[in-house]
Amino acid sequence: MPPEPVRDARELGVIHDIGYRHYDGPRLGRAYIRRSLYADSAKGAYGLGRAARTKVMPMLLFAAMCVPTLVIVVVASVTGGDELPVGYTTYLVQLQVVVAVFVAAQAPVSVSRDLRFGIMPLYFSRPMRPVDYVQARYAALATAVFLLLAAPLTILFAGALLAEMPVGEHLPDYLRALVYAVLLAVVLAGLGLVLAAFTPRRGLGVAAIVAVLLVLSGVQTAAQAIAVEQGADTAAGYTGLVSPFSLVDGVTRELVGTDSPLPAGPPGAVGTLVFTAVTALVVLACYGVLLRRYRRVTGA
Amino acid sequence: MTTTGTGAAAAPDAPLIATSGLTRRFGAVTAVDDLTVDVAPGVVGLVGANGAGKSTLLKILLGLLPATSGRVSVLGLDVATAGATIRERVGYMPEHDCLPPDVSATEFVVQMARLSGLPKTAARERTADTLRHVGLYEERYRPMGGYSTGMRQRVKLAQALAHDPALVLLDEPTNGLDPAGRDDMLGLIRRIGTDFGISVLVTSHLLGELERVCDSVIVIDGGRLLRSSSTADVTAASSVVVVEVDARENEVAARLRQAGLDVHLVGRLLEVGLRGDATYDLVRDGADDLGVGLVRMERRRHRMAELFTRTADEGGGPGAA
Repeated sequence: MPPEPVRDARELGVIHDIGYRHYDGPRLGRAYIRRSLYADSAKGAYGLGRAARTKVMPMLLFAAMCVPTLVIVVVASVTGGDELPVGYTTYLVQLQVVVAVFVAAQAPVSVSRDLRFGIMPLYFSRPMRPVDYVQARYAALATAVFLLLAAPLTILFAGALLAEMPVGEHLPDYLRALVYAVLLAVVLAGLGLVLAAFTPRRGLGVAAIVAVLLVLSGVQTAAQAIAVEQGADTAAGYTGLVSPFSLVDGVTRELVGTDSPLPAGPPGAVGTLVFTAVTALVVLACYGVLLRRYRRVTGA
Repeated sequence: MTTTGTGAAAAPDAPLIATSGLTRRFGAVTAVDDLTVDVAPGVVGLVGANGAGKSTLLKILLGLLPATSGRVSVLGLDVATAGATIRERVGYMPEHDCLPPDVSATEFVVQMARLSGLPKTAARERTADTLRHVGLYEERYRPMGGYSTGMRQRVKLAQALAHDPALVLLDEPTNGLDPAGRDDMLGLIRRIGTDFGISVLVTSHLLGELERVCDSVIVIDGGRLLRSSSTADVTAASSVVVVEVDARENEVAARLRQAGLDVHLVGRLLEVGLRGDATYDLVRDGADDLGVGLVRMERRRHRMAELFTRTADEGGGPGAA
């Protein structure tokens, strides 16, 4: 009879309690901690490493950005010619609603989630400081938005090359559009995070960001149309300051020569300077507001 | 008053936590008031009613809140100047919920270990170990949104231990747990101090809990120190012998009084004032003479709850030891 229980024990498996082991390895500094938070939240913006349903929204929007480019590329390769039916930057400006919704959906995921579920005390009871948190979250969301913008541009460019369009013409346009994508990502991420950081309720954050981005964009389009109609060219140019999409468009069409669907850009050198200064100010202001906000959270 | 305990922490002779004249005000409210206390390594209880300043004190120790005045050191390091080093070696379990529902316990604790500075592989190994130690098994791969309160408390504890700190600060870890979960958690806290060799500062408003697991206890009220002493001191044997007989306790009491002893009848129990070893003989002989069975005879131990009554009648209450 003795063999019986022995075999049973083997079938069940044996858990060896090896007791508590101390950790003697390296403890890496704030730069590593910042990188870890950055990587986690950049992935989190696409729902990677999170529950399945958090992947749905970002992936749908990513598809919404990319699918039309596939159609464009197929059409262009069938009809032939040296040009794509739509300019690189123009494509991004035209799909700004999708971009706005992505920022609105994912900025709250990045910061409102931490506030809502009370995770901030866990972060700040570790070596991390508010400045690390803000930098990591900001850089991560900007990266996520940049990927959303760069993916369709890359498909368009790859399609142009496959259709044997001249590389010499398309490569510069593609790179210029990437500059637009970088700038726009930084501006939108800043605005999105500021709005989200003050709304712990995720739904409110989403609504606030969509509203602000789309209302500004609508106001800008309408104001510019009216100004153009009345022949007020300078005023038409300056209406671009109102919306982040046209603001960054104004900067890059003048400084790097991106194509643009907007009827008017910054008027002259002064206009370019104003647009550039406003863009820089918006980014710095967003960063500053976020820092202030999280310095306060620490003390709460 | 300094007390000694079991757990090993930083420098063996440095106090785990030392404060002097520590004060923290929020506007007109003084949350911590001129607190001076030295705490030796081990499992330390921080007791006080709600609003006594426990959570504020923990936040000051972590460097999350600056002190209005006074000095604090943790693990021999000054909180004001070495906050980052302290936070690297200290774990913190907040009182309130702090778990996002959309990730699994494993993913969450790995991330928290990395945010404490552990490289990726080490973070994974430590997470697996720590979750096993706190008693979370298969469920650790499921999103935390579906966890019970007991499981959530375990994850909160795991993230505080993941980076192998020298000290963990646990803010009301038994909050919201049922009696069985409470026992598990208290057992775990005791093991952290003894088996893991990690010092623990644990807050509670329930004295009975801390009595069971702590080497020493600090009592604060209104932000001020009421008492700091070792559990052994607090719960030391008192000068009362409790006697239980199986019948006729009134007659036994009367007989012992005749013999010159101080006897109180409490329910069916006799509380007899101890006057040397002869007292035990008198009780035994008295029971024998009356022919009743002696069920139990033991020295009563002080209970921590008496701390409050004792401090309340400061200046020589009857219970003062």
